[in-house]
Amino acid sequence: MWTWFHKLSSPPHFYRLSASLIPWFGWLAAAFLIVSLYGGLVTAPADYQQGDGFRIIYVHVPAAMLSLFIYMFMATAAAIGVIWRMKLAHAVAVACAPIGASVTFLALATGSIWGKPMWGTWWAWDARLTSELILLFLYLGYMGLRSAIDDTNRADRASAILALVGVVNVPIVHYSVTWWNSLHQGSTLLKKGGPALPPDMALPLFGMIIGFMCFFGAVALTRVKREVLVREQNSKWVKDMVTSK
Amino acid sequence: MTFMEFLNMGGYAVYVWSSVGLTVAVLIINVITARRAVSQELERLRKRYANEANTGASQ
Repeated sequence: MWTWFHKLSSPPHFYRLSASLIPWFGWLAAAFLIVSLYGGLVTAPADYQQGDGFRIIYVHVPAAMLSLFIYMFMATAAAIGVIWRMKLAHAVAVACAPIGASVTFLALATGSIWGKPMWGTWWAWDARLTSELILLFLYLGYMGLRSAIDDTNRADRASAILALVGVVNVPIVHYSVTWWNSLHQGSTLLKKGGPALPPDMALPLFGMIIGFMCFFGAVALTRVKREVLVREQNSKWVKDMVTSK
Repeated sequence: MTFMEFLNMGGYAVYVWSSVGLTVAVLIINVITARRAVSQELERLRKRYANEANTGASQ
């Protein structure tokens, strides 16, 4: 276990591992997204209340789930980086931020588009919407803080602290629809007694979520590769690899 | 269901298709920018090492 951990934390090994994993994640993501989007838009029946408008769920829920998942992943990587002084973990955290920001934006935008026909408004300052907006600001703040500090080690530590403080917002987003009276509907999938969707509606949704996860895997590993190259540019293995091509 | 009915989305066409289009756009932009970031960094390093090799040889 520890030798495996040690090997994984070695940048050249991680770089090569990433390079071989990226196509797997990428093709899995493409396959799951195409099949599930077809399932969600074509084969799933229309909702008895929202008609075909409910189909926005197939892009909105995966984006919203991923926005929280990436944040927890980023904060965990940042914590490992601070506690064990592992530079590679910081590189992983840095790679997560722009992806997280973009899917948080996506969750807000698709939610807004869904809200207009169903609630009659694009936006409301309610707990779920506001806490998700704060999540976007946390991602943007993380990236802004990093770009304001030139020294990589100091940027790693400062941004990690910001990421860890922001973790308090994650349960607030998740439980906001239970804790407060919200315009936003309750959780469809993660509720007591199983998902509130029949299988022909739920399966494409699960497929979309798996697809989004694989998409995150592929893009995050690609961004980690870039981050490792920048951080290891004075090491022999990077120089050998770049000049031998 | 005809193809036109499918496109019409029971009257929700504007909302459903703009959501789907936006999602596809965000996913594709993520892939393109991440890949470009790697190739630009590799290119920058290639130039840097070549530069160092040249100045090292002339000294």
